[in-house]
This record gives sequence, C-alpha cells and structure tokens, in this order.
Amino acid sequence: MKYPIYLDYSATTPVDPRVAEQMIPWLTEHFGNPASRSHAYGWESEEAVEKARENVAALVGADAKEIVWTSGATESNNLAIKGAANFYSGKGKHLITLKTEHKAVLDTMRELERQGFEVTYLDVKEDGLIDLGVFKATLRPDTILVSVMFVNNEIGVIQPIAEIGEICREKGIIFHVDAAQATGKVEVDLSKLKVDLMSFSAHKTYGPKGIGALYVRRKPRVRLEAQMHGGGHERGMRSGTLATHQIVGMGEAFRIAKEEMVSENERIRALRDRLLKGLSTIEETFVNGDLSKRVPHNLNMSFAYVEGESLIMAIKDVAVSSGSACTSASLEPSYVLRALGREDELAHSSIRFTIGRFTTEEDVDYTINLLREKVGKLRELSPLWDMFKDGIDLNTVQWAAH
Amino acid sequence: MFAPLYLDNNASTQIDARVFEVMLPYLRERFGNASSRHEYGRLTRDAIDRARQQVAAAVGAHATEVVFTSGGSEANNLFVKGAAALLKPGVIAIGATEHPCVREPAKQLVRQGWSVLELPVKLDGHLDVEAAQELITAKRPMLVSQMLANNECGAVNDVAALSAVVKQAGGFLHSDAVQALGKIPVAFRELGVNAMTLSSHKIGGPIGAGALVLDKRLELQALIAGGGHERGLRSGTENVAAIVGFGAACELASSELGMRSANMRAARDLLEAGLSALDARVFGGVEPRLPNTSYFAFEGVDGDTLVGKLDRAGFAIASGAACSSANPEPSRTLLAMGVVPQLARGAVRVSMGATTKLEDVKRFLEVLRETLLQLRQLTAVSVE
Repeated sequence: MKYPIYLDYSATTPVDPRVAEQMIPWLTEHFGNPASRSHAYGWESEEAVEKARENVAALVGADAKEIVWTSGATESNNLAIKGAANFYSGKGKHLITLKTEHKAVLDTMRELERQGFEVTYLDVKEDGLIDLGVFKATLRPDTILVSVMFVNNEIGVIQPIAEIGEICREKGIIFHVDAAQATGKVEVDLSKLKVDLMSFSAHKTYGPKGIGALYVRRKPRVRLEAQMHGGGHERGMRSGTLATHQIVGMGEAFRIAKEEMVSENERIRALRDRLLKGLSTIEETFVNGDLSKRVPHNLNMSFAYVEGESLIMAIKDVAVSSGSACTSASLEPSYVLRALGREDELAHSSIRFTIGRFTTEEDVDYTINLLREKVGKLRELSPLWDMFKDGIDLNTVQWAAH
Repeated sequence: MFAPLYLDNNASTQIDARVFEVMLPYLRERFGNASSRHEYGRLTRDAIDRARQQVAAAVGAHATEVVFTSGGSEANNLFVKGAAALLKPGVIAIGATEHPCVREPAKQLVRQGWSVLELPVKLDGHLDVEAAQELITAKRPMLVSQMLANNECGAVNDVAALSAVVKQAGGFLHSDAVQALGKIPVAFRELGVNAMTLSSHKIGGPIGAGALVLDKRLELQALIAGGGHERGLRSGTENVAAIVGFGAACELASSELGMRSANMRAARDLLEAGLSALDARVFGGVEPRLPNTSYFAFEGVDGDTLVGKLDRAGFAIASGAACSSANPEPSRTLLAMGVVPQLARGAVRVSMGATTKLEDVKRFLEVLRETLLQLRQLTAVSVE
C-alpha cells in the first residue's frame, strides 16, 4: 500500500494513466496551435480538440456545439453566472442560489451583488437538499437566473436538478448547474434535463487540471456575455489559445467515465458502505447529509468530542480533508455543514472521505482501524468526552468565564 | 511520419524536452490539489512556489508579483478589465498594433464609459514615442497597454521611454511581453511598467499557463472569483503541471537567451538575405526587432495561397496572427504601418525557433523560390 492513502478524490483525482497516455503526444510532437489555419500542425490539433468536444458532449447528452472550453469549473461558473446575469439584466436583476454552493458560485454572486444584482441565498434542509417549496416561493417576476450545484462537494448530496429545471423553464428563468462533482458519478443527460448552462471540470473525473467546459444550450438558445475577449475562440464566448493536450485529456477522461461509470460506481459504493459500516462502530459518530440521495464516493462524518483538525493531524497516513480543498486553508468550520444546521462543535469535528477509482478494500480497512484507534485516543484526552460518559448533558453546563 | 518544418514559433512553440520531463510527474503521481493540506497538496504547492520564483527571476521581478493565469489572453484581460473595474471611467490608451486580447477587452470598457485611445506606430511598426507623448500628455489616460514586441512584424517598442511619459501623466502602464520573453532580455523594473503579461507556450513551455506580473502600486479586481487563489486575483484549482512547465521553460529561456537569440538571428538573417534576392517586401525589419521574426510579401502573390502551397510542400508558416488566421481581412498591424490593403493581403510570417537549423532555412528558400515561380506563371497565364 502507498501512504498516505488518498481518500480526497473530491479535491482532485489522479490523472488516469490511460488519459495521460493520450495527452502526451499532444504535449510533445503534435504541438500546433489549434487556431493556426495555415498548416497541418494547426489542423491536427483542431481535429483533436473537436474529437474531445464530442467525447465530453457524449457523457452528458449534449451536442458538441454546446460545449465551450474553459480553464476549469471555476471559470465556467464565472462565465455562466456573470455572462448570463449581464446579458439578461434588462429582464430583471434577481438571482437565486444555495448557501451550500461552491465558492466559485458564491463569490461570483457576491460580485454581482456589488454591481447591483439582488441575490437570494437559499437555506437547505437538514439533509443538505433544497426545499422545493421554499424555492418556488422565492421565485419573482424579476428572477433571471438560478444556480444550483448537481452534487455537493463536501457532503455529496444530489440536488433534484430535473425538478428545479422544470420549474425554471416554465417561468423562463435561466438555470445554471455546477456539475464539477457530478460527472462520472451520476447520470447527466442534458437531452432530458431542462438545464441551460452546466459547468464541468476535468480534474475531478480523472482528467488533468487546468481544463473545464461550459455547456451552453442551443435550443432554446441561451446567450452569454463573454468574460474573456480576444481572438474570438470558442465562437466568441471564450478567447485564448486552446490547450490541446489538456482538452484531449478531458475528452479521454469523459470517454472512460461514460464507458465505466456504472460498474465503477457499484464498486465504489461497496467500498463506501464498508467504510461507513466500519466507522459507525465508533460511538457518537454522525453522517452529514442525506445518505440515499448521495453519490457513492462521499462519506462526510462528524466524530463528536474530537476536534477535526487534531484528528486529521492524528491520521496523517490517510489524506482526507475537513471540508473542501478550496477553503481548507481556513480553520473556520465548514459553511456547508453549518448550513445543514450542524452546531459548530459537530461541524468542527467533521471529516470528508472521498473514494475513487484507485481506492482498494485494504485502503478502507486500514482507514477504519486507524480512525478507531485515533478517535479513541483523542477522546481519552478530552474532558468533554469524560463528562459525556458520566452522563452529563453538555448543553446544560454553565461555563465559567476566566 | 511526415513532419513539416515548423517555422511558426510566434503562434506556439514545440515544448522543450527538458520542460516535458519536469512536468511529467505532475501528470502522474504528484496529482494533489495545491490547496489541500495533506502531503499530496503540499508537494504540488511547493512545486507552484518554485515555478513562481523561476518566472519572477526570468524578468527580474519578485515572486510575490507573479499571478498565474491560464495564459497570455487571460492575463491581458485581467489587466485591462481588472484595473478598469477599480477606477472611475476615463481613458485607456493601447498600442495601435496590440493583440486582440488587449484591444477587445479595451473596447468592452466603452460601455462602462471609458474611451479608447490608440497610440500610433511608425511605418517601420515601432511605437511612435513622440506622438504617444503628445497624446498622453493631452488625454491623460489612467491605463496604458503597449506591447513590448509585436507578434506579426516583430518590432520591439521603446516601452521604457513610454513609461516615463505615462508616469508623468499619472497613469498605470502594462506591457504584453508574450512575444518578447525568450527572444530578447525582458526586465520588469527597467521597463518601468506596473504590469506585464507572459505566456508559457511561446517559450518552449506547455499551452495553458501564463502570468500577469504585477507591482504593488496597481490594484486589480479578479476576473475569475471563487476560493481566492493567487492572492484573490485568480481563483480556480491551479494547473500544476502547466505551471511547473512554465517555470522550467522560463528558467531555460533566460539561461539560454544568448545562444537562442543568436541562433534565431542567424536563421532569420539567412532567410532575409534570400528574400531580398526574391524581391520580397519586408515589413518592419528595422532594429530594434525580435531576432526570430520575418514578415513579408511578394507583389501580386496572395498570402494565403502562398502559405497553402508551402504547407503542402512541407513548411508550416503563417499568413498573419494565428488567432485571426480565419479572418480574410488584411492585417490590422500592417494597415497601421501604412501598408496598402492589396500588399497586406500578401503578407506571410516566418518565425524561427530556438533550434531552427540553417540548412532548413536554405531548403525553405529553395522551395519558396520554386513556389513563387509557379504562382507567377499562373498569374501570367491568367492575365493573358
């Protein structure tokens, strides 16, 4: 076994060796700029880019013409939200999203607020899912855009995208979905879903970092204001030289996902259930987020009376995170878990385990044993744990100020 | 395998084998998200820090002044829009021959109340510093963007002189140095600019990484929000492999600059000696210029036709900037240089690489001569 054991697949995945193999020739001998129209180096790169576009479109039931390359899901989210909000601002200025969205959506929304848009940040239910009744009640005649993630990055819950899409389409509201954590994990079929814009990332699905895509629906047509201007690449929606090798990598990663996702998810679900079963033998553990409407890769658990950061330090042989990678530099408890109504204590004691293509049963068993041992040790040191064991309800304790 | 001779290095360069070697582990076992706090993340964070120092060192900047982007286009957009967003609408001045990824974002600012001022070039393609001084003194632009070296004709502009003018007028100066890096010395402080754009794939690095070098006097609003990477100026999971490659390419470009530029210059001079025997009209061609770029036309010969014939004969060159190669309009750069549209339509660009061989240039000249002969015979027949 290789240490540390990697159980942080939602932060990023390794590039699948088959993907790397496809990328390398486009990084070395086939190096033409796909925008070069005057020679064979350019044409062959352009052809590779278009083949990859078809592979990406095929995984999500889209037409290749609806796929716009970006540098990643963060850029896709920015382009979708700012691009649509600005284009349709004549119709209204109200936007809706969830409190549990990725920072790439939330920070973009904050920026639009500064520009005069009004944003409603919806609470989610205790299970992490959107409350459709509350959502419907929030819609206004001047609502122009709704942005809801397909799969949450911290707790893995799957939002009811089909239902939200129906509601938005009926009212003529643009619907954007951040699907960075969804591809290869849940079926995404844009020929059925009433979604107008969808963000994708390669590096969460065994492709390389630095490449992503935005789906922009053609029928009915959705318009965007470009965020990056220049040579007019990507039909004017996103200028900048296309990174052929990265695009080829994303195409191959999505092709593999389409081919293998059903059997892979079955295997991963079995591993996750094994992990869950093992960790549940530890007293006072809680799963964060709904377990049934959830991708099989994710297990987010709180270990009461243990501080999450100390636990992560104690289990160095396992690479996990206490929240999302993007916010892991801060010691604040996860805003996603707080949005579920978790008290700070439990939010602070949470760990996200995310399983992937290269995780083995041995990895899972090792992790279970390590957690059992370390959680036990940390609790031995914890006066709160002693009080809990003595049957004292900690919520009734009057703490003296020093 | 049929591999045409690649003479289009201003569009993109072949990756240096040494750069590729350094990148490879980051496409394989070193895959961590650089924001992750476990060992996988620390390894990639360290690699990014190292690359940041390599990029900074190549232009004499400090590592904290380097903001990584997905490439030159994004860096140029980040300067133009990011700086304008935090200023009251005013005047932005740009060089008349700027790349579209400076010109287009500048045009976008017009809707927000900005006006765009063009700084003219002389007939040889160089920025007209005196004319620029007059315009800047009169119009007082808050933002000025002037490329260091032109991608089409290769003219190297006197950005340092412009910097004095811009400072006097109280504005901020940015320079797109994408085509200059790796071909001529590029010194961030000596040029006196507040911001500078660099790109990896023009210097033997991979496509997909670039940087905006930014001094602390200039504040920007991010173009891409979400997570606060790159000091909040550019969010998004870092493209570690490309950044590592960019860093390595920068280090090689500066340590080998003398050798590379001498090699490019020898190849270019050999080409131009041959061109003059073929009665070519060379555009620009006046020092200071990039050592690798020749931009020329032949009276009565269409550029696209010539480039197409040469492609079939095994030579990859360009008929204009790659980004607008699909555009049948004559080059804006040439029109700004006072070239008549008819001659401008004949323009072709040859851009040498760090390792272009003299014998290949000789071979190219021979084929060019034969091709011209054929084309001219055809023209003669159709005229009759």
